[in-house]
Amino acid sequence: MDPAPSAVRLTVREAIHTLSSSDDCGLILHTLRFLKRYLGETEDPALPEEQEEFATVHFSAFLRCLVRKLSPVWLELSPDGQLEELWDSFFLKGPADQAFLVLMEALEGTAGPSFCLMKMAQLLANFLSQRRVAALMEEQCRPQKKPGFPLLQETLLSKVVGLPDHLGNRLQQDNLALFYPQNYFPLLGEEVVRVLQGIVDALRGGLDCSVSFVSRVLGKICIQGRQKEILDVLVPQLTALTQGSCLWQRVCWRLMEQVPDRTMEAVLTGLIEAATGRPEVLSRLLGNLVVKSKKAQFVMTQKLLFLQYQHKTRMLQSLLGYLAMDSQRRPLLVQALKELLQTWGSSSAVRHAPLAQQQYLSAAILICLAHLREPELRDSQDELLASMMAGVKCHLDSSLPTVRRLGMIVAEVISSRIHCEGPALKFQYEDDELSRELLALATPRTEGSSPIEAGGPSPAPTASETLAKTMDDGVKSANGSVPQAGPQGSDSDRDSDDEFIPYDMSGDKELKSNKAPLYVRDCLEVLTSSEDMECWEAALRALEGLVYRSPEATLEVSVELAKVLLHLEERTYVSGFEGLRRRALVAVVVTDPVRVAEYLISQFYALNYSLRQRLDILDVLTLSAQELSRPGHLKRSPQQVSCGSGAPVLATSQPDHTAGSGWRAVVEERIRSKTRRFSKGFPWRELLSSPNEFNSVAGYFFFPLIRHFDRPLVTFDLLGDDQLVLGRLTHTLGALMYLAVNTTVVVSMGKALLEFVWALRFHADIYVRRGLLSAVSSILLSVPAERLLGDLCDELLEARSWLADVAEKDVDEDCREQAVRALLLLERLKDRLPPLSH
Amino acid sequence: MEPLIADASFWPECFGCCNNVTGDCTLPGMAVPVPQPPPDPQFVLRGTQSAVNALHFCRGAQAQGCPLLFSGCQRGLVHIWSLQTRRAVATLDGHGGQSVTWLQMLPQSPQLLSQGRDLRLCLWDLAEGRNAVVDAVCLESVGFCRSSVLAEGQARWLLAVPGKGSDEVQILEMPSKTSVCTLKPEADAKPGMPMCLRLWQAQSSPHLLLLAGYEDGSVALWDVCGRKVCSRVSCHEEPVMGLDFDSQKARGVSGSAGKALAVWSLDGQQALQARSSHQLPNPGISDVTIRPDRKILATAGWDHRVRVFHWRTMKPLAVLDFHSASVHCVAFATDGLLAAGSKDQRISIWSLYQRV
Repeated sequence: MDPAPSAVRLTVREAIHTLSSSDDCGLILHTLRFLKRYLGETEDPALPEEQEEFATVHFSAFLRCLVRKLSPVWLELSPDGQLEELWDSFFLKGPADQAFLVLMEALEGTAGPSFCLMKMAQLLANFLSQRRVAALMEEQCRPQKKPGFPLLQETLLSKVVGLPDHLGNRLQQDNLALFYPQNYFPLLGEEVVRVLQGIVDALRGGLDCSVSFVSRVLGKICIQGRQKEILDVLVPQLTALTQGSCLWQRVCWRLMEQVPDRTMEAVLTGLIEAATGRPEVLSRLLGNLVVKSKKAQFVMTQKLLFLQYQHKTRMLQSLLGYLAMDSQRRPLLVQALKELLQTWGSSSAVRHAPLAQQQYLSAAILICLAHLREPELRDSQDELLASMMAGVKCHLDSSLPTVRRLGMIVAEVISSRIHCEGPALKFQYEDDELSRELLALATPRTEGSSPIEAGGPSPAPTASETLAKTMDDGVKSANGSVPQAGPQGSDSDRDSDDEFIPYDMSGDKELKSNKAPLYVRDCLEVLTSSEDMECWEAALRALEGLVYRSPEATLEVSVELAKVLLHLEERTYVSGFEGLRRRALVAVVVTDPVRVAEYLISQFYALNYSLRQRLDILDVLTLSAQELSRPGHLKRSPQQVSCGSGAPVLATSQPDHTAGSGWRAVVEERIRSKTRRFSKGFPWRELLSSPNEFNSVAGYFFFPLIRHFDRPLVTFDLLGDDQLVLGRLTHTLGALMYLAVNTTVVVSMGKALLEFVWALRFHADIYVRRGLLSAVSSILLSVPAERLLGDLCDELLEARSWLADVAEKDVDEDCREQAVRALLLLERLKDRLPPLSH
Repeated sequence: MEPLIADASFWPECFGCCNNVTGDCTLPGMAVPVPQPPPDPQFVLRGTQSAVNALHFCRGAQAQGCPLLFSGCQRGLVHIWSLQTRRAVATLDGHGGQSVTWLQMLPQSPQLLSQGRDLRLCLWDLAEGRNAVVDAVCLESVGFCRSSVLAEGQARWLLAVPGKGSDEVQILEMPSKTSVCTLKPEADAKPGMPMCLRLWQAQSSPHLLLLAGYEDGSVALWDVCGRKVCSRVSCHEEPVMGLDFDSQKARGVSGSAGKALAVWSLDGQQALQARSSHQLPNPGISDVTIRPDRKILATAGWDHRVRVFHWRTMKPLAVLDFHSASVHCVAFATDGLLAAGSKDQRISIWSLYQRV
């Protein structure tokens, strides 16, 4: 169309020729200065259309030529550095996008390490520190008409975001600090703010702008995992800027809307994290993004609420707070609550989801409830109530206490919010950190608690100061009143209180009538037939001591006694009833292990017992085994008796006993003080040794218990609904195994237990699996290594593959940890292997 | 005779298991915040063979050199214990097997008053080893009210005893046994029976006063000469079982069958005012006594325990848990020794907060 080359083209061609052929410093400088006119920086700039032509058509080519010429010798042509300065200025003053691209391209193409590479890296650092990136991005925000523009933008995007990677790869050891991601991305954040400032100014001036390039930059950075670096800079500044300006808010909203779907999740997650605890900031920055963008909605109402449970509760609070802040978003909150409750109420989720996720869900539900108001809840009352009922059931069915507690807390709060007219649900649970934290979430936040207001000057400190002051005064006046009170009682016989130091009065409790029976048989009779409740209670309290004191009498009635105790009901309120009964049962089992254990275990697998009773049987067996296996238990038991009997214990220690140990201590002290020793070794104490009482009876405890677990009864199905008992059974078996250390039956016990574990290894209940894992560990601890390797080798190998599987894949953290421990114990066996004999 | 001896050195062997016996080998220093365990009795007197209902330390000149303790028991005997040998030196039998409820030495002469449930109040002459009833007053009340005595001089002394009518108190002049007056509450006031009495006379005034604790839980101050109630304060919900009065501080304390221990005071206009009330863990106080030096007071509890309080502040100081049945009476000697008599037939002697 235009056959005659333009003047600009001729000049550039001429200049390139000069540069490539001439070594004359003056000529080169002259040429460069002439071309500089096209950048419009000199006194007599070229015509605007010439500048335009140079910038769009010739600039890149010219810069490439400059790059080619770059060498130490060439720059030395002008010793005063004029040439270098001019050379730099073309990159720093010319159109930023082309300069940036050429520089990046040159950096890619230059072999390193070399002078040229370093020179260009320096130049790029200059480029960055002179805020040319902002210019670059601002250029991209203008409406564009050039062909091939999308391609250019794509290239620019990848170069801008990938700069730290590129330069890190090129420069290796010589990388400049500015190009480190932790420095570069905050700088980029500053640049983004600058660009947005420019856009806001342009919009005020009536110019069209598009933020999509900035959005894409932001998205790309975030998806590369650098949210924290850039958003930590960006969010506070934007928070401040959007404070009072609608235009800024609109720009921000637009910025977020333009973020590509692919990167939306990364940006939103980063943003919510950066604005944790300040839902109003989120609301300002995001606007109604969640309503407009499907992807954002998915991320915020599904992914972050249900799946990304690693986040903190505070982040949930700001996310849900954001949803609650605008009337357009509130339906989403109701919807989210419904879906959350559905998941919460699904039994499969309760059974299979990790504990952390369940806690996260519960927290989300409570926060939703705190935000929603009565009318909003009323519409979907039935649906919520149905989900809640299902949820309470499956939570309470769980064998993990934490899950049960979660169920109770959430159900309590829901019922109090939804079901206002009827009586609210009320559960009994321990008041611990978790429950307090969750209940705190359920109380709606008051306006005063917003951090911004709290940060400002508030009357609170002064109020507390005055309070402290008045309290101080109170103390002073109280102190002052003491001397005043003195003269009031002023007599000649004023006594100082030092004279009258109170004695210990902790034993001064309410007097219980002393009707305790003195013989085991009497106790038995009272417990079965007495109508006198005081007598009954006294008998229960006295029983443990009586049993230990008179083993012969106990032997005659042991099974009968165990039967009575097992069926004993708390007929009147007795503090610590469960403990008393359990200790008495333990005493009976310890006194007559074989028969009573046999009886108890037969009852464990019998019809018509409550869960409580079956669990009690298991507890009693464990505790008795522990008592039996403890060295010297028979000697210690009388003292335990006194510990068991409750309040007035302090008084009832035996005088001769204390006196005996008293004189021994005195004599030993005297000997020590009179004896000179030449060397002081470790204080050496003689350990009492005694046979393990558990040795002879371990089998009676263990084998009957493990034998029947797979035979369901009408009322008791260990492999079915009664998984809680099964869980406790596995734990008990593990404990018995552990306590049977150093006994002779331990090997066959280990074998049986490993088979038991193998049969149940894929049990769905977490508590059961934990029990199995602890059982494996106790096998590894109790059975001697050589027997393990000799007799149980195959079973162990099988168990090992299962353990490895659990350690890797189990949903429960505790299970994984226990599996790892068991694996470590297995590893330790290796050291015990005898050396191979040749 | 039955063995009447019990010494601190060997009683633990006999009563080790059922009583409060903790080794006293720990002696925490002044700065140790942990309170000391309560002390053990100094010694225990055994041999009354029935519940001990009344205790009285021999005071004054007769006690010089040989301190004595009188105890009255359910069987109607009065034992005289030597605190040096810790044995009973004599037994007085003058109440025909009926319980002895009250014992009191006359201050100036070696004479002992004993009140029994046989409706007789006997005066014993104990001088020079004698032990004979020299006089007796017939009582007309079958209640448990203990009498009170106020001696003005050797020749003449006054006695307050429960009177003929169930709510009356009679004042007798002794030794002539002439009735001075009968104090009968007004018709509309129904305080019930008098439960405990305390005669006293303020040093400055000629008025003879009587403090009486009644069945309805009130304590009344009688002006004996005027035969009228000066003031009345309801400080208990249960019958008043024992009271003691500190005439110097014009403050008194009373215990009842309930859980409260009440402190009241007397102002210049002879009006009683309830001061404070102290709740005890277990109900029932059968006797209250302030130590002669007015530093501490002790209560005898139905809960088998003797409680010691600081008299000025009413701060609880100690709970003495030794007896295995209700404690019926507490008494202080002039040197501060504390004796407690119990239904378990034992008399425990304690040494607490005594100046050395």
